[in-house]
Amino acid sequence: MKHLLSTYDLGREDAVRILDVAEEMATVGTREIKKLPALRGRTVATLFFEDSTRTRISFEAAAKRLSADVINFAAKGSSVSKGESLKDTAQTLEAIGAEAVVIRHGASGAAARLAETDWISSAVVNAGDGTHEHPTQALLDAFTLRQHWARVKGVDPLGTGLDGMSVVIVGDVLHSRVARSNLWLLKTLGADVTFVAPPTLLPIGADAWPCTINYDLDDALAAGPDAVMMLRVQAERMNAAYFPSTAEYSRRWGFDDARLAMLDARGLDDTIILHPGPMNRGLEISAGAADSPRAVVLQQVSNGVAVRMAVLYLLLSGDH
Amino acid sequence: MTSTAATETHLIRGASLLGGEPTDLLLADGRIAAVGDAAAADERAQQATVVDADGLIALPGMVDLHTHLREPGREDAETVETGTRAAALGGFTAVHAMANSNPVADTAGVVEQVWSLGRRSGWVDVRPVGAVTVGLAGERLSELGAMAESRAAVRVFSDDGICVHDPVLMRRALEYVKSFDGVVAQHAQEPRLTEGAQMNEGTVSAVLGLPGWPAVAEESIIARDVLLAEHVDSRLHVCHVSTAGSVDIIRWAKSRGINVTAEVTPHHLLLTDEKARTYNPVYKVNPPLRREKDVMALREALADGTIDIIGTDHAPHPTEAKECEWAQAAMGMTGLETALSVVQHTMIETGMMTWADFARVTSTTPAEIGLVADQGRPLAVGEPANITLVDADARWTVDPEAMATMGRNSPFSGLELPGRVRATFFHGTATVLDGELNTPRTAGEWA
Repeated sequence: MKHLLSTYDLGREDAVRILDVAEEMATVGTREIKKLPALRGRTVATLFFEDSTRTRISFEAAAKRLSADVINFAAKGSSVSKGESLKDTAQTLEAIGAEAVVIRHGASGAAARLAETDWISSAVVNAGDGTHEHPTQALLDAFTLRQHWARVKGVDPLGTGLDGMSVVIVGDVLHSRVARSNLWLLKTLGADVTFVAPPTLLPIGADAWPCTINYDLDDALAAGPDAVMMLRVQAERMNAAYFPSTAEYSRRWGFDDARLAMLDARGLDDTIILHPGPMNRGLEISAGAADSPRAVVLQQVSNGVAVRMAVLYLLLSGDH
Repeated sequence: MTSTAATETHLIRGASLLGGEPTDLLLADGRIAAVGDAAAADERAQQATVVDADGLIALPGMVDLHTHLREPGREDAETVETGTRAAALGGFTAVHAMANSNPVADTAGVVEQVWSLGRRSGWVDVRPVGAVTVGLAGERLSELGAMAESRAAVRVFSDDGICVHDPVLMRRALEYVKSFDGVVAQHAQEPRLTEGAQMNEGTVSAVLGLPGWPAVAEESIIARDVLLAEHVDSRLHVCHVSTAGSVDIIRWAKSRGINVTAEVTPHHLLLTDEKARTYNPVYKVNPPLRREKDVMALREALADGTIDIIGTDHAPHPTEAKECEWAQAAMGMTGLETALSVVQHTMIETGMMTWADFARVTSTTPAEIGLVADQGRPLAVGEPANITLVDADARWTVDPEAMATMGRNSPFSGLELPGRVRATFFHGTATVLDGELNTPRTAGEWA
C-alpha cells in the first residue's frame, strides 16, 4: 500500500489489516505514556484546503503518538489564497521534507491527482476530497462497528470483518464523502448497507450501488438494523431546494426521540448510533439520541486516532 | 504577381479516389486540371512535381465547422498560425474559428481580423464564426448582418461554449440570419441544470462525487430549438451532439422535415465517462464524455445520416489549465491532428462507413452547412484542388508533444490509431508533403 486514496479500491485483506493494526494502536492510547517510537525522524505534512479542525488534529495526534514530526499547512491565509497551485504547494511541502502528505481538499479527486501525477513522490493520505471519499473516516467507523459486532458476538475482533451486520446510513448521501467511503468499505467487510435519504439527496446512478435504498427511515429502522449512521446536513443544502424546510427534513429523516423510543420498544438493545460529527443537534439527530447510551460518537473520535496511526504506520514504515 | 507566387503543378500518381481504383490527378493553377490517363498525358505534367500516391487514398480536403484557434486574446493557448498548421497536418483545408476569443468575435472588425490572420498564415481557409450575442452574454444580438457582409462573409453564428438559452433570443437569431442564409450553431446546454457540472451524470459521477451534467440538459435545448427552427422556418445546426437521446430528437426532427444539421466530435465517438475515474482533467470536456450506449448511438447516427458531420471542437489549453484538480481544470481537448485517425478507427474499421462516407461527413456536408463555396467539392476536373492524401494502412501512437498545435491536451495520448495524412493540397499548394508541413499558400495566390 503506497497511498490511501479511497475505500473503493481497498481489498478486504488490507482493510482487515489496517483495523487489526489499529487495535494495537488503540492500546497505546490507554497507556500512561501514549507514544511509540515507530516513526521517529519521519515527517508527516497535513495539507488542509478546507477547514476541518477535527480531522486535522486527529491526524496530528496520530502522527505524534508515532513520534513523527508534523508540519501543518492550512490553505487559508497562505499562498494558496494568492493563487498557488496544488502542484506547487505539494512540491513545496515535499521540499521541506514531508514523506507523507495528508490532504483535505474541496475538489473530488485532489488526493488522486497528487498520488497519480509525478508532482511528488510522498505517500498520500486522502483526508476527504470533495464529495468523493473520506477513507479514514470509513475505517474508523468500521473499527467502531467491528468492536461492537465482536462484543455482541462474544468474539475477538482481530482478523474479523463485519459479516452479517446491517448498517443504515441516513441523510445527504449525494454530497457525502463519508457515505461513499462507508458503502465500499462496509460492503467489502461483509456488512449489508441501506441508504435512507430524500430522493433529492441521492445521486443519479446510486441504483447501481451494492446497497438497498429506502426513502423511509421508519421502515428502515423497523427492519432492526445493528447500527444507524446519521450524516450531517450542511447548511447550504437548505437553500438549494433539496428539501422544503429543516423542520420537514427533521420529521422525515432526523433521528428524533420518537425513533429512539421505537428502538427501545422493539427491544433492539444492541443497535448503536454513529455520527461523523460535527452534529446538528435538533436537525439530523435529537439531543436525546445523541446523548443516549446507543450513541458511540466519542468512541468514533477516539478510534479515529488509532485508525490514523495504523494508516500512517503502514504507509511509512514500509512494513507491507 | 511574380512567378514564385504561382501555385506549383503537381502530378499525383496512383491515388485511390475515395478508396476506389488508383488514378492520377494533375493539379495546376489551384485546380484539378486532369484526372486519369489524361493527367500524365497533359503537357503541364512535364513540369509537374510528381507525388507518388501508391497505396494512398485521395479525399476532398477536410472542413472543420468547429475549431477554437484562441486568437485574439489567448495566444498562450493557440494562434491562428499554430492552429492552422495543426489543421493542415490533420488533413484540413478549411476551419471555422469559434467566436469565444478575447475580444469576442461579435463585430465585423474582429471577424475580419481573424479572417486576415488566416489569409496571412495560408495553411487553410479560416472561416470566422460570429457570436450570436454581444460578448456571448446571451442578452442582445450581435451585429450579425455586419459580420455577414464583412470581408469574412460570416455565415455560421454561435455562442459556442455557452448556450443561447433565452428562447426569445434564440428565436430572433434563427429568424434574423435567414436574411443572409446564415445558420445558428447551438451549444445545447441548459444552464440551470448544469451549474457546476463536471462530468456526465450517471453511475460514474455517483462514485466519483463529481457534480453531474445530465443528458436532459442537452436534449431539452435541442428539442426546444428544433421546434423553434420549424416554427420560424430557419436553419439550425447542433454542435457536438453527445447523447443517445439527442440523436432520437434530431432523427424525429429530420423526419418532420425540420432544417436541422448536427455534428459529433471524434472524442465522443470513442471515449466514455469511464475515463474520468483517473481524475485526469485531460478527459474533461464540454459536453462531457458520455456512456458506452451514447457512443454507440452516435456512431449509428453518423452512419445513417442523422448526424451530418464531424466537428473537432479542437480546444487547446496551456499546460497549467489541465495540471490541477479536475474541478479547477479547463474544459476541452485538442482534435485537429487526430480527427481523421479517430474517425477511421471508430467508423471505417468497424465497417460502419466507407471513405466516400468519410468525405461526406468531413468535407462535403460541413462545407455546405458553412456555405464555403470552394471547399467540399468533388475530386473532378475543374474543381478547386483541395485534396488530402491518406495512408490508411499506417498505424501510429499519439504523442501530444509532437503535435503542431500548442495544446498538449490530447485525450488520445499513447493510443495507437490507424491512418496518417501524407499530403494536403490547399488550392493546389502542397501545405503538407510526406507527412510534414511543406509550404503555406502565399499572399499572391489568394488573388
